[in-house]
Amino acid sequence: MTDAFDLLHGINPALFLIAGGVIALALPWAMARKAVMLAAPLLGLAAWFATREPGVYAIVELGPLTLETFRYDALSRIWALVFLLAAFLNGIYALHERSRISDGSALIYAGAAVGAVFAGDFITLFVFWELTALFSAPLIFAAGAPAAQRAGLRYLAIQVLSGVLLLGGAAVWASQTGSWTFDAIGADDPAGLVLLIAFGIKAAFPLMHMWMQDAYPKATGVGAVVLSAFTTKLAIYALARGFAGTEILITIGVIMAAFPILFVIVENDLRRTLAYALNNQLGFMVVGVGVGTPLGLNAAAANAFVGVFYMALMFMVMGAVMHRTGTAKASELGGLFRSMPITGALSIVGALAIVGAPLFSGFVTKTLVLSAVSYHGDVIAYAILVIAAAGVMELSALKVPYFAFFGQDRGHRVKEAPLNMLLAMGLAAFLCIYLGIHWQALYGLLPFAIDYQPYTLDNVIGQVQILMAGAFAFALLVWLKLFPLRGDRTILDVDWLYRRVGDGVVRWGGAMGQLMAGASERGLGVVIGRWTNRLFNLFSPAGSLSRIFPSGLMAIWTGVLLAGVLLVAYFSPL
Amino acid sequence: MEPQVLPAALAAHAPALLVMIPLIMSAPAAMIKNGRVAWVIAVLSVGAALAMALEVFLATRADGAIWSYAMGGWEPPFGIEYRIDALNAALLLLLGTTGFLALLFAGPSVADEISRGKRSLFYSAFLICFAGLSGVASTGDAFNLFVFLEISSIATYAIIAMGWRNDRQALTASFNYLVMGTIGATFFVIGVGFIYMTTGTLNMADQAQAIAAMNGNRAVEVGFAFILVGIGLKAALFPLHQWLPNAYAYAPNFVTTFLATTATKVAFYVIIRYSYDVFSVHTGFVSNAMIWVITPLAIAGMLVASTQALFQNNVRRLFAYSSVAQVGYMMLGLGMATSLGLTAGMIHLINHAMMKGALFMALGAFALSYGIRRIDDFKGLGQVMPVTSAAFTVGALSLVGVPFTVGFISKFYLIQAALDAGWWWAVAAILISSVIAVFYVYRILVAIWVTPPGESDKAAPKRVPLAIAVPLCVLVLANLVFGVYAEPIVSIARAAADAAVYGGVTP
Repeated sequence: MTDAFDLLHGINPALFLIAGGVIALALPWAMARKAVMLAAPLLGLAAWFATREPGVYAIVELGPLTLETFRYDALSRIWALVFLLAAFLNGIYALHERSRISDGSALIYAGAAVGAVFAGDFITLFVFWELTALFSAPLIFAAGAPAAQRAGLRYLAIQVLSGVLLLGGAAVWASQTGSWTFDAIGADDPAGLVLLIAFGIKAAFPLMHMWMQDAYPKATGVGAVVLSAFTTKLAIYALARGFAGTEILITIGVIMAAFPILFVIVENDLRRTLAYALNNQLGFMVVGVGVGTPLGLNAAAANAFVGVFYMALMFMVMGAVMHRTGTAKASELGGLFRSMPITGALSIVGALAIVGAPLFSGFVTKTLVLSAVSYHGDVIAYAILVIAAAGVMELSALKVPYFAFFGQDRGHRVKEAPLNMLLAMGLAAFLCIYLGIHWQALYGLLPFAIDYQPYTLDNVIGQVQILMAGAFAFALLVWLKLFPLRGDRTILDVDWLYRRVGDGVVRWGGAMGQLMAGASERGLGVVIGRWTNRLFNLFSPAGSLSRIFPSGLMAIWTGVLLAGVLLVAYFSPL
Repeated sequence: MEPQVLPAALAAHAPALLVMIPLIMSAPAAMIKNGRVAWVIAVLSVGAALAMALEVFLATRADGAIWSYAMGGWEPPFGIEYRIDALNAALLLLLGTTGFLALLFAGPSVADEISRGKRSLFYSAFLICFAGLSGVASTGDAFNLFVFLEISSIATYAIIAMGWRNDRQALTASFNYLVMGTIGATFFVIGVGFIYMTTGTLNMADQAQAIAAMNGNRAVEVGFAFILVGIGLKAALFPLHQWLPNAYAYAPNFVTTFLATTATKVAFYVIIRYSYDVFSVHTGFVSNAMIWVITPLAIAGMLVASTQALFQNNVRRLFAYSSVAQVGYMMLGLGMATSLGLTAGMIHLINHAMMKGALFMALGAFALSYGIRRIDDFKGLGQVMPVTSAAFTVGALSLVGVPFTVGFISKFYLIQAALDAGWWWAVAAILISSVIAVFYVYRILVAIWVTPPGESDKAAPKRVPLAIAVPLCVLVLANLVFGVYAEPIVSIARAAADAAVYGGVTP
């Protein structure tokens, strides 16, 4: 056994996932595919455990470039572990689904995320970064509806844009520093800024977040679970690696944590609500990175770790609800507790983990962030985070169980979720509780040694106060009937702009093409066109013929250019 | 020169045969009435020219190697000299390869688009055009260069006009090109006249020596200005590109494929040859012309032509405007007047031939099957012609500069060269132009892959013949292979740039 384990030492776990994904894409038999879906993450986990010594493995020499494809160190290992676990949970959760494309791409997507986390240089990072973009999009396309197709294209475009920015920034960075190694960057020079934007797009920074609310709710039930785990957390890792201690991130993170409050209240689609909740949690992680102290980075890592599980759990619950009822709208759901009691109970576990109730995983990580910020001495950030914790986090977390399983009964009489879904949700819920009680196990994984006691009196009391405030706010909103209970409204976020711009530019291009055909025919923009027409009328007897025959116009240009070159030559030094 | 791949008797005259074979074979091609036989003649003669080009290319690979061939045994500077170094050897090889691949594609495409009686004349004109371009690329004599430029141009006007069966606008497009091309050629010959007047020689190497000795002569500067503008027109330097969109859009598909991959490239080569070898880029007026004329126009071309491409509905016109923008990229590399910049320009010259070759060939395949050219007609093509659509997609992604395609390599080197010169704004222009390219390519790809097929019946497409499938696949593979393994292209381009900058000697 040890021998087999040693064999795996230094092998990148991502390889198993990606190879498994490629095989799954090719396998026509569902059973075999499902076996691969489960086996590949397990092999990856084995490789993760087999590699005990931090170090750089699998170095590839590519011409002048040295690619560090497997950098196993304190920071990367925890992210890789959570991605591998998430891939395994997804494998179980998706057992009932019969789609070759989704199965294969989900595995490759997970593998690419692991590979990106282990990347020691920008080239490797870029390759895996783009792979996550390419292989996550099929999970949205798989939903089939035209709206999902368009959302998938927009999603793909913006994710690829992030990759292109990453490569551009990295190229400039490398030409300045002479090294492609991916380490602390800092946002002080243009290259760093471009990289920050590239990471920020994936981390759903405010005003760059719209792809998430746009695409995630339109994915398939299973697809949303997979999507929620990897892309954004990968971005948090990249930020932690490159921009630890960048002050601006504290501001960005605080805004991220706080701004979804309105959307969370009025949003009717429960999966969209969860996407906003995800935004809020990412904000907490970004703040941790921005603080940049060992405690801050630990906080970001711990939040990412447990966040994957409770967000996956919530998306799984919604996936199960959709699987049975076909909708995720608050106005059409309610009273499902009678039909799906186990799912309902698990959703409550997830909600408690999100809000950070003591004994749940959210508690031991949220207190880390708040402590990191308070030690850092940023009072305003601390205050806003507390409000965000009470407002956004709780409202979103309580909203899902309340509207789906309790609240007004809409008469859905459905079966309990399928067994495999229950199993996956059960495992995720177990982890939510286990990590909350055995917090030492979690803290042991963190990148920096930590001496921190989550269960102190003031921590517990503080968190319970936040909880109470949030629960009160929620009850008040229900009592005042401020939650939307009917109708399908579109909430105007900046994503409206983004959807319009994305689709619009293309349509606008088509429409303008016809309008401007005449103008562009002459080879010039409207403004310049006016000038050249004057020139033309000045010099040419042909006049209006120029519209059809550009040769006269071009003769003039030739002359103008000749004059230009002559002038330049005349004034040139010898 | 040592023979490389050919028998010694042939190899000794490779520079001359390169031009003479297609030129002479155009006569029998014109006399034979059967289009298919004419096609075979054309394929064989261009194949022979390709072999000669390969010979020449291999012979001049050594550092600083220059193959000077005295035409007819008349020694330069009195006779006509063919002078080939790593720069034009690379161009000749590109010309031969793309010409050969395009000609394979021509078989079915020309049979579809050109009336039976005209086909052999068409191939004859094409051979003349090919010979002219090869002549421009290999000669070392200024007047000879002008003659070949005119030979190729006149043949080009003829074969563009042959597109009239598809669209009568081909006739006006060809006529406009004739007028403008003649202006360009006239400017060039005026410039040559000025140089001849001052130096008393037509041999370009001789001229270079004489010019170096007469610093500050205004007549030389005027000559340079005329030559730059005249050839700039041929190279579709913005804003002298206006002949190009219509010519590309209405010519037969094969002609567009051939011209897009070769014609402007040859003119670009002439600009390099003149600004680096005949004149020196270190003299004030040349370097200032690079910075104040070529560079701004290159950037304006990249941005304006890309924007214009965005507004086109005719796909071939769209890619024609994109070609103008791509010429801008090459000109930008030239305008930097550094070895790195010129290398980047040469890389893009080669890579652009690969991507546009693949794109126009795929368009030709679509046209052969459905006779379509508007973006609206592309709806749902991905479902009925998946393989050709995939090939088209690879070409389009390469055009945008997606990693693992040659387009990315081009932009990577261009950006590096710009950074090396400290030109941040040029990097910004490259990126903006690339983003615009994303949009115009996106429009087409969405139509192909996402939009469902329209009402019209697309049930029974003609099978894509092997003569199209094979060259198309070769080009697509080249796009991908050289996108990952860029070393061969980069080393060829670097040798070419070194030949121009240092006279072939790597410092």
